[in-house]
Amino acid sequence: MSKFKKKKKGMPAVNTASLPDIVFMLLFFFMVTTTMRETSLQIEAPRLPSATEIKKLEHKSLVSTIYVGKAKDVKYGTAYNRIQLNDKIATPEDVPAFILRAREEVSEAEVPFMTTSIKADKESSVGTITDIRIKLRDVNALKLSYSTQTGADN
Amino acid sequence: MARRETPEINAGSMADIAFLLLIFFLVTTTMNVDSGISKKLSEKPPPDYKPPIIKEKNIFEVNINRNNDLLVEGDIMGIKEIKEAAIKFIDNGGGLGKPGEDGTPGLPCDYCEGERSESSSDHPNKAIISVQSDRGTEYGTYIEVQNELLKAYTVLRNRLSQQRYGMLYTELEKRYKDSRGTEKEDLKKKVEDIKTSFPQIISDAEPTS
Repeated sequence: MSKFKKKKKGMPAVNTASLPDIVFMLLFFFMVTTTMRETSLQIEAPRLPSATEIKKLEHKSLVSTIYVGKAKDVKYGTAYNRIQLNDKIATPEDVPAFILRAREEVSEAEVPFMTTSIKADKESSVGTITDIRIKLRDVNALKLSYSTQTGADN
Repeated sequence: MARRETPEINAGSMADIAFLLLIFFLVTTTMNVDSGISKKLSEKPPPDYKPPIIKEKNIFEVNINRNNDLLVEGDIMGIKEIKEAAIKFIDNGGGLGKPGEDGTPGLPCDYCEGERSESSSDHPNKAIISVQSDRGTEYGTYIEVQNELLKAYTVLRNRLSQQRYGMLYTELEKRYKDSRGTEKEDLKKKVEDIKTSFPQIISDAEPTS
């Protein structure tokens, strides 16, 4: 008899079996779209100065970044004036070659829109920045952006 | 005989695990929008280039020494005071502007609200801000100074834009970026108008060592 006992009717639970699938899909989307920094930093992550009058850099493919800061490797000294181009610690003399190589990767028409972004630590000295700037001017890379954080307006 | 069911693996917590991972990635992902103070470098001058003669009164001199102290037009100044001083200088409008490229004579600045002092700048398009820093100056201070100077321009542009077009320049620029078609053309003219009225002329002098 017990076989035919009327089952108690409750609210059927919402089937959540596909929920993990949905969430995994989102997860994979984010994992794939997240671009990890393509160059590993040889210098300590620069503490960017903050500013309010800033412009966003558009067209990421046209931006080449120069890092300035303290080298992780102590053999380069502890001053905040080491320059990193691509994956290596470099000197201002290497800047023109770096820019020219970056230019090869874009089409001719886009070259005037190329921007150099300088990510320098706030304790770097202006002298280093000036050296870079002079080299940039030599190769006619005139668009420059001093990378900063968004500071509070005061 | 009751058939024993194979116990199903409880997948209820799977969603929680996946969510946890998802949130982790969401939080750690910095969609780092690179932003900064943009600057246009001047072209390399030809070897026989002679710099034009500029009147002393049209130059606003900012010196930063290696101890990050400021000297503005001969006075020691705090970093927060620069903005006011720069506004006063740019907005002075004491004389005639630059003559046009087609030979039209320069006009006096009719939108300036400054003191029109003889000893300060003639016109916003003649007013040059020169920043001279030392090689040992800290980059942070240098950027702060640049930022304060840019703020001065923003204040003036906002004021003029408010008078002429009834909205702030920052707003005008944003609308220009978001607009399409004929509206864009229209807004472009306005943006250009404000820009040429208060052009940003900040020059970096060779640093002292």
